[in-house]
Amino acid sequence: MLIGHQPKEFLLAVSGLTVSFDGFKAVNDLSFYVEENEIRVIIGPNGAGKTTVLDLICGKTKATSGSIQFRGKELTRMKENEIVQTGVGRKFQTPSVFEDLTVLENLEISYPRGRSVFGSLTFDRDAKVKERIEEVAEIIFLKDRLDTYAALLSHGQKQWLEIGMLLIQDPDLLMLDEPVAGMSVSERAKTAELLNRIIRDRSVLVIEHDMKFVEDIAHKVTVLHQGQILSEGTMEKVKNDPKVIEVYLGH
Amino acid sequence: MIINSRFLNRSELVGFISLALLLIVILPLTLDIFRLNLVAKYLTYAFVAIGLVMCWGYGGILSLGQGVFFGLGGYCMAMFLKLEASSVANTKIQSTPGIPDFMDWNQITSLPFFWKPFHSLPFTLAAIVVVPGLLAYIIGAAMFKRRVGGVYFSIITQAIAAILTILIVGQQGYTGGINGMTDLRTLLGWDIRTDHAKFVLYFVEVALLFGCIVAAQFIRLTKLGRILVAMREQEDRVRFSGYSVANFKIFAFCAAAVFAAIGGALFTLEVGFMSPSFVGIVPSIEMVIYTAVGGRMSIFGAVYGSLLVNFAKTSLSETFPQLWLFGLGALFIAVVLAFPNGLSGIWADYVQPHIDRLLSSRKSSWGDNGSVADGAPAE
Repeated sequence: MLIGHQPKEFLLAVSGLTVSFDGFKAVNDLSFYVEENEIRVIIGPNGAGKTTVLDLICGKTKATSGSIQFRGKELTRMKENEIVQTGVGRKFQTPSVFEDLTVLENLEISYPRGRSVFGSLTFDRDAKVKERIEEVAEIIFLKDRLDTYAALLSHGQKQWLEIGMLLIQDPDLLMLDEPVAGMSVSERAKTAELLNRIIRDRSVLVIEHDMKFVEDIAHKVTVLHQGQILSEGTMEKVKNDPKVIEVYLGH
Repeated sequence: MIINSRFLNRSELVGFISLALLLIVILPLTLDIFRLNLVAKYLTYAFVAIGLVMCWGYGGILSLGQGVFFGLGGYCMAMFLKLEASSVANTKIQSTPGIPDFMDWNQITSLPFFWKPFHSLPFTLAAIVVVPGLLAYIIGAAMFKRRVGGVYFSIITQAIAAILTILIVGQQGYTGGINGMTDLRTLLGWDIRTDHAKFVLYFVEVALLFGCIVAAQFIRLTKLGRILVAMREQEDRVRFSGYSVANFKIFAFCAAAVFAAIGGALFTLEVGFMSPSFVGIVPSIEMVIYTAVGGRMSIFGAVYGSLLVNFAKTSLSETFPQLWLFGLGALFIAVVLAFPNGLSGIWADYVQPHIDRLLSSRKSSWGDNGSVADGAPAE
């Protein structure tokens, strides 16, 4: 499924992407396109290569072949931090926040300024930064926890904090890996509300197993199976696809 | 809601003042010049330990080769002093007058090219900082850009310490070999062996030590300091927040190297010689122990750790020379197992709360209500 020309409006164009680990092709000749302001959900059974796709886009894993174009820039040749600076943000499956730092400091590190060694030596927590941090802290329900060490937060609060860190980073493409996994019912509802708020004005790529959640947010769904696309389209179309029912939704 | 981080909080200010009192007033008044010179020698290791607090305590990069940088700083200083001591007049009995005595003993007949710039004091002072800094940069870039970290990095730094020792011992015509550079006499004509010189050098050293403490404290309080802590815990999160982790590690490693080198140069001045026995694996590991005992997260702890362990080393090895190494090993194991944050951790956990309670109870009995906000929680 190779396409020769890429229409301009695609924010992210993945084409012919392949990665093999010792001969095992975790992602095999994968191509898909994400538009501006689109919310795309990737679903699929365990081991389908969902997380690997996100790893490839954000540079954590190097592709064996294929290309990933983001706003016309080739991401496969860039380093992780350069990819972030281009405008791609990534949230990991397990909450990864800095436990020995306060909520405020966690958010401050994600603020997109002073990212070089000397930039960070001279970084000044000015009014603009403080204002933005307080604004984000309010959105992620942690406004009264700014001076709390992240280690003392609950699992759900850590997830929110990480989402907040991505929000302050303000990426054009936000990638979320199972954002509601391991959360209590009330935390889950709050997170859905939070995600609905932060996915405005940007493109989002989400991996999720919670079908209710997927139906709520997805513009388009991509079903992965054994490193390849099994089906792609609206939730309605995917849900009724016999191949999808057989390998994934059926059980 | 957001509180400004001040340069020193109350307990750090107390720590700063008490250290200054101890080093500037109490020790010089109570110790004779011989003991004060010993303290000066111990304090040279405090520079290394402060560097290790930044690099290891904050950044999580354990270098077991700080002796390399300590030694390079020390050797740079020693080369200058040795050249000054080897004037033609002083060395006229040699077959080649005007070169250091160990060169003459090794049948070297002219000063090697890399020795020549060390006739100049400004060059030497620059080299003390630049040479170790540059080496740390090269090692750091080679390791961290390739994502070599953790234990592997520690082992490689240890190997470098061993290599440098072998190099210095093997090239004795250029380095003085196993004996090192001895018989250092004057600094720009000023005799550094007199009691008065030792007294003056002690205060120069204390001033430089406080300079390093302030620099380390400054770095700790910038965003860079917080990124070091962040990196120690969640390297990937830092990377995916848009930072080049390797560059920050290189910075921390270079800063630690420069601090160690300043300590090494002062060591040469205080003790009057430099030898490979301060470069290798054993001294490098001892430097890590000073930091661990003092508390690897505490800049002040590093200073006290260096003083106390060295003091114990001198007193114990005078009485039980065989037992000292076992004692040092036991100390390290005890710190790691029982007090992972060293003396500063013991202080913060057991002593500080008592002082706070004492202060606050006195305050409340005086009916003081003005300074409640100072110690009150932020919320």
